[in-house]
Amino acid sequence: MHFPPDYFRTTAPPRRISGSEMIWDACVTEGVSILFGHPGGAILPAYDALAIYEAEGLLHHVLVRHEQCAAHMADGYARATGQVGVCVATSGPGATNLVTGIATAQMDSVPIVCITGQVPSPMLGTDAFQEADIVGVTQPVCKHNYLVTDVADLPMVMKEAFYIAREGRPGPVLVDVCKDVQIAEGEFRYDMEVKLPGFNPYPAAWQDALADAADLINGAESPLIMAGHGIHLAGVSDVLLRIVEKAEIPVVTTLLGTGNITETHPLSLGMGGMHGEAYANEAVQACDVLIALGMRFDDRITGRLDRFAKQASVVHFELDKAEVGKNVQPDVAVVGDLAETLPALEPLIHPNTHTEWLASLTDRKLSSAGKDILTFELDELVPPFVMRQIWSETTNLRDPGDVLVATDVGQHQMWESQYFVHERAGQLLTSGGLGTMGYGLPAAMGAQMAWPDKLVWAIVGDGGFQMTMQELATIQQETLSVKIAIINNGFLGMVRQWQQLFHDKRYVGTPVLSPDYVMLAAAYGIPACKVEEPGQVAEAVRVANTTDGPYLIDFQVKEEVNVYPMVAPGAAVDELIRRPHIVQDHGGVVPSF
Amino acid sequence: MKHILAAWMRDRPGVLNRVTGLLSRRNFNIDSLQVSASEEPGISRMTFEVSGDDRTLEQVRSQLIKLVDVTRVESFAQEAIVKRELALVRVAVGPDERRQVLDLIQVFEATVEDISRTDMLIQTVGREEKIDSLIGLLRDYHLLEMVRTGPVAIVRSAVANVESEPALEPARDTWQGGGV
Repeated sequence: MHFPPDYFRTTAPPRRISGSEMIWDACVTEGVSILFGHPGGAILPAYDALAIYEAEGLLHHVLVRHEQCAAHMADGYARATGQVGVCVATSGPGATNLVTGIATAQMDSVPIVCITGQVPSPMLGTDAFQEADIVGVTQPVCKHNYLVTDVADLPMVMKEAFYIAREGRPGPVLVDVCKDVQIAEGEFRYDMEVKLPGFNPYPAAWQDALADAADLINGAESPLIMAGHGIHLAGVSDVLLRIVEKAEIPVVTTLLGTGNITETHPLSLGMGGMHGEAYANEAVQACDVLIALGMRFDDRITGRLDRFAKQASVVHFELDKAEVGKNVQPDVAVVGDLAETLPALEPLIHPNTHTEWLASLTDRKLSSAGKDILTFELDELVPPFVMRQIWSETTNLRDPGDVLVATDVGQHQMWESQYFVHERAGQLLTSGGLGTMGYGLPAAMGAQMAWPDKLVWAIVGDGGFQMTMQELATIQQETLSVKIAIINNGFLGMVRQWQQLFHDKRYVGTPVLSPDYVMLAAAYGIPACKVEEPGQVAEAVRVANTTDGPYLIDFQVKEEVNVYPMVAPGAAVDELIRRPHIVQDHGGVVPSF
Repeated sequence: MKHILAAWMRDRPGVLNRVTGLLSRRNFNIDSLQVSASEEPGISRMTFEVSGDDRTLEQVRSQLIKLVDVTRVESFAQEAIVKRELALVRVAVGPDERRQVLDLIQVFEATVEDISRTDMLIQTVGREEKIDSLIGLLRDYHLLEMVRTGPVAIVRSAVANVESEPALEPARDTWQGGGV
C-alpha cells in the first residue's frame, strides 16, 4: 500500500503534500470513489497525482467526451445515491462546458462538487491561454464557489465545498484551483472545524409554527398534500406515507417529487401541474387546505399564479426560507429540515377520514372521461404505449426497487412521468427546474456507475439524445450497461406541440434529422434494434433487459402525438387542454394520441 | 416604497460581486449602494436602498442571507434610523459670484474643501433631502462635477426606550447566519 493505514481518516495527523494530493485526499476522506472528468493543461498536475489513487483503487476517473456530461454524471450519481457527486475539468473551455450541468444541479438542489484547473495565479487576469473567470461565470448558478490561489487555503476550501454542497438545501459548489497551487506543497489536515457564520443550513425556529400547521391540517375537510423533491432529499417518504394514511389525505406530487408516495396507492393522484391529470389539478383548485411539502411552487406546477389554489389555506413546509412566499404566500410556514419537521408533525396529526372529499376525487379518477393518461394498444406505434411497455416489461423482470430511470427533457419526459408507475422517491432522475436537453443519457450513466447491479434506463428523445450521444463511447469505455430508449418522432416534439397548439402549426426549426441509431450504436459496439410496430415493443424491451451490457432501442413512433392534458402557459392550472376525441372510420369515437 | 437595508459580509474577494449579482439576477431594484468597513475586523457592511413592497423586501432579505459570505442582514424602519450621505460638488464660480455661494454653504452647514480662481469644491454631509436641495441650488451656477456616497444608516439607540403612540415599528429586523 502506498498509503499507510488510517491515512484518510479525518483525524489523520497533518502531512506535507502537494495541492493536487490535497484535492484527492479530501475527496477520498469525504467518501468519494468516482470522479467524472476531462483533463487539460491547467488541471494536469492534479491528474498526474491521480495515478496513484487510481492504482490503489481509491478513486476511479471516468473520462467523459464533453465536460457538460461530467457535471450531469456527477448529478446523476448524486441523485441516485444521496452522496456528493464530483466532476473535474480543466480551465477555460473545460470549465465553461460545465456550466449547463452546474445550473441543472442548482435548479434541482443536487449536491455536486466541481473541481476545475485554473491558469497559474501570477497569470490570472492576463487573458492567458485557456483562462476564463469561471468563478465569475458560475456565481449565479451555483450554491457557492472558490478560487484558490494559495495552497494553504486548499484543505479548508475542500472541506467547506463538500460541507456546503451537502448540507441544508443541497447544491453545486465549484472549486477553481490555480495550476501553481496544485504543484505547491503545503500542510494538509482535515480535522479542522468548518466555521461559516453566514451558512446556517438548518433553520431551527420551526416549533412554534408546527402547532398552527397541525391545527389547519386537522381542521381541514378537503386537505391535499403537494409533495416535492424535499421529501426525497430529507428521506422522509415513509413519514409522509404514515401521515397520509393516518389522516386520509390525498397526495399530488411535483415532477421531482415523483414516487414520494407509490403511485399505485389509492391516495396518490400522481403528478400535478402542466401535464398532470385533470383530476389532480382540480383537486388543487378544490381543496380547503393545501399542504406543500418540500417544494417551491414552480410555474410548471402552479400554472397562472394569481388563480392558483386561491380557495385554500396554504401550509408550506420548506427548508429554504427564500422559497417561502416567493411565489405563493402561505398561511403557515414551517421553515426547517423536513427530516425534523415532518416526524415532529406526525404525532400532532389526528387520525381522520375524508370520505366525501375522497369520493369526489375517486369519481373523477375512475371515470375514463376524467382521464387523459390512457393506455391501450393502437395500430400505430405511439409513445404512451411504448412507455407503459418498457415499464411493465422491466418490472416483470426486475424488482421495481432495482430500476432507475433517467429522462431528457420534452414530450418523452412527460410521457415517462405519466406512464411509468413510480414506486419510490428517487427512482426518476430528470432535469425539472432547468429543463436541460441532453441530461438523460449522462445522468443514467452516473446512476449506473453508482449502482452497477441496478437496471438503469435512459429514456430520451431524438433531439436531446443528439446533444450528448457522444457519451456512447464513455459507456463502452466504462462497460456500463445502461439501456437506452430513443423516442424518435422526427421532431423536437414538445416545441412542435407548442407550435401546433399556439403557433398555427408553423413547424419552424423543429423537424429533426436523425442518423440511423442502430448503425450508430454498432459503430460504438453497442447492440441495438429498431422498433416500428406496436407488436415489437415488448420483445425489444425484453431483449434489452436480458442482454448483458448496454442496449439501444430506436422507437420510431408516430410523429405528431401530443402530451395531454396540458395547462397552456398563462392559464390556470385547472384550465386544461384535454385530449381531443376523433371519429374513426370503423365506427366509434376514440381518443386521439 | 423604499426600504433601507444593511448587510454584513465576510471581506472576501468578489463578495461585492456576489451581492450585486444576486440583486440584479433576482430583478430587485436597487436605488443606492454603499460598502464600508464595519465594527468587526474582516467584516464589511453594505448599506443599500431597495424599492418594492414588503414582500420584495422579504425576498431580498431571504435571498441575501443565503449567500455564504453574508453573515447578517438588517432592514430598518425609516423613522428609527440616522441616515446620512456625503457629497462633493465642484462648481464653476469666479470671484464675482463667490460671496453668494459662500452664503449658501453657510446656510447648509457645508464646507469649502478647495478653491481656485475659477471653481470651488464643496463638501456637504447630511440627510439626502438636504443634499438634494443644496445641489439643486448649486445648479444655478455651473456645476462641473459631483459625487455622492449614497446613504449610510445606523439605528438610533434610544428607540428601544421610547414609548410612543402609535408604537414605533421595531427598529431593526435582524437576520443572522441564514442560508441553506
